[in-house]
Amino acid sequence: MSAQAPATAPAMFAETEFTRRKLRAQRRAARVLGLMAVAILIPLVTLLAYLVVKAAPALSWSFLTDVPRAGMREGGLWPALIGTVYLVVFSLMAAAPIGVMAGIYLNEFARENWFTRAVNLAVVNLAGVPSIVHALFGVGAFVLFANLGRSVLAASLTLAIMTLPVIIAATKEALAAVPRAFREACWNLGASRWQTIRTIVLPNSISGILTGVILEVCRAAGECAPIMYTGAIFYKSIKEGSLFPYSPTEQCMALSYHLHTISTQVPGVPDSMLYGTAVVLVGFVLVFNSAAISLRVYLRTRKKW
Amino acid sequence: MVPAMRTRAIAALRFLRRMLHAMSERTIVSLIYLCGVSAIIFVFGIFFFIFREGAPFLRDRFDAGEFFLTAQWFPTSETNKRYGILAMIAGTGSVTILAMLVAVPFGLGSAVFIAEFCGRTMKEVLKIMVEFLAAVPSVVWGFIGLKVMNPLIIQLTGAPTGLNTLNAGIVVGLMSVPIIVSIAEDAIRAVPDAYREAAEALGATRWQTIRRVILPAAKSGLLAAVLLGVGRAIGETMAVLMATGHADNIPFDGTFPFFHPLTSVRTLTATIASELGEAPHLDPGPDGVYSPDAHHYQVLFVIGIVLFAITFAINLIADLIVRGIRKK
Repeated sequence: MSAQAPATAPAMFAETEFTRRKLRAQRRAARVLGLMAVAILIPLVTLLAYLVVKAAPALSWSFLTDVPRAGMREGGLWPALIGTVYLVVFSLMAAAPIGVMAGIYLNEFARENWFTRAVNLAVVNLAGVPSIVHALFGVGAFVLFANLGRSVLAASLTLAIMTLPVIIAATKEALAAVPRAFREACWNLGASRWQTIRTIVLPNSISGILTGVILEVCRAAGECAPIMYTGAIFYKSIKEGSLFPYSPTEQCMALSYHLHTISTQVPGVPDSMLYGTAVVLVGFVLVFNSAAISLRVYLRTRKKW
Repeated sequence: MVPAMRTRAIAALRFLRRMLHAMSERTIVSLIYLCGVSAIIFVFGIFFFIFREGAPFLRDRFDAGEFFLTAQWFPTSETNKRYGILAMIAGTGSVTILAMLVAVPFGLGSAVFIAEFCGRTMKEVLKIMVEFLAAVPSVVWGFIGLKVMNPLIIQLTGAPTGLNTLNAGIVVGLMSVPIIVSIAEDAIRAVPDAYREAAEALGATRWQTIRRVILPAAKSGLLAAVLLGVGRAIGETMAVLMATGHADNIPFDGTFPFFHPLTSVRTLTATIASELGEAPHLDPGPDGVYSPDAHHYQVLFVIGIVLFAITFAINLIADLIVRGIRKK
């Protein structure tokens, strides 16, 4: 930079030692901070690559669709995989309507007052309470008090309450992105509050809400602690490839719990199976996460207003 | 899709739509209000049901001095049952401290970089990667601690086991980075552009602006980010269950260097997760008195109350701090 400065430039604007020093400091800071950002992502990338490499011998289509054999030391993951799907679907059926309506309440109905602040604080708190405390709640409320026993229902309701904040936050954001003028136009035509929401606000924010729902799936599929004592089971014998192996009142296997048990409680499981299970779980979660991210990016590029 | 399934799905959707139309304005609005307050109901519900299960222990056996200040945890002993959680508090504390040593500098540094230094594409890429980091399930982090970090730590330090505070600290640190990055980045972005323009008009470089103007202005938001990171680290369950070694040790003592990260520890969360399955849930006898064998199960809920209280306090403080900023 200094080389290009014309010799005739007024002394005032010439590059002084001081300027050079502060620019050097700036470059150094940018480099250090950039390295920090990269440094937290290197473990992510290397670990994921390492998991996949170690899992490669086990990964195959039959690993997904086969049932565990030989005391879970051979065979596949099917009962755990379908169990996770069960838990996710049931938790979604509880969390999606409640979460979306709570989001509608917070964005469309709530006023700026202490009560709304309390609701918001409660939502933040639901997200911040440790997952094992949610598990205790699930045991106390659903397994014992509601007498559901350890079952798919108890586990999915626990997951639903735990993941509610994800849907609420996404819904709130999606609704807030709909311009106020849309609502005012609708009100001026004589539409009621709910008519406005149903015909104008929701159709214009449905994809944003969908992002939240997908993120809920991704969160619920990965959780292990809340389902350990509310519905997940160590092993259950089901038919290979069966789509409806569990009833909502029984316990089911789940991918996350399966990974925990075979890596800590079953001796002699081959490494490739352990890594394979981890890769399937991470894959499941990241596929849904990528879907949510792409949906969001797509929405941003194609906004009509 | 099977045609029968499709028709059934369509019928279900139609039914849902008809129901929405049929419901009167009043019903639906009150339903929305109900769901709106549901979050509050759930938070109270969590406290109520945990308290309900832990109450008999609090009534019959609880002794604050023993509970918080001793490290003897013998809940299944026949003759000498003891319920001291000091070692677990130390375990949770030491894992959290180590995790924050990793997560705070890297999290805040990345947040500054993402918010102020990089271009639009780079920013998007980094944010997506951070989101992926947050999405990796905690049981997978535990697995990584168990299978990847464990041999690595043994090899590098020569410790007899790699399942210890250091292992869990690094793993939990990585897990807490995303929340710190996202909240801190929000806080930095919330600083008005006028501040940046004013600083640059005075001839400050980007870095000088950040250090002297933006960071001081975003101070409380950054503090909230760190607090929420701490809350995340304290509440982490599966990863610490699998990576700490789960042994009843206190990693602090009087000999240099006072803190021994190569000790295996156990945390509050992991204790609940590992013992809830084996502690028997017993009903009271005919006279309404619980046998001492029932206390193990109940005390786990009391630990749950402690965890609930800690995270509640952290979230409340972080919220007050963030709201303080907004008021300004």
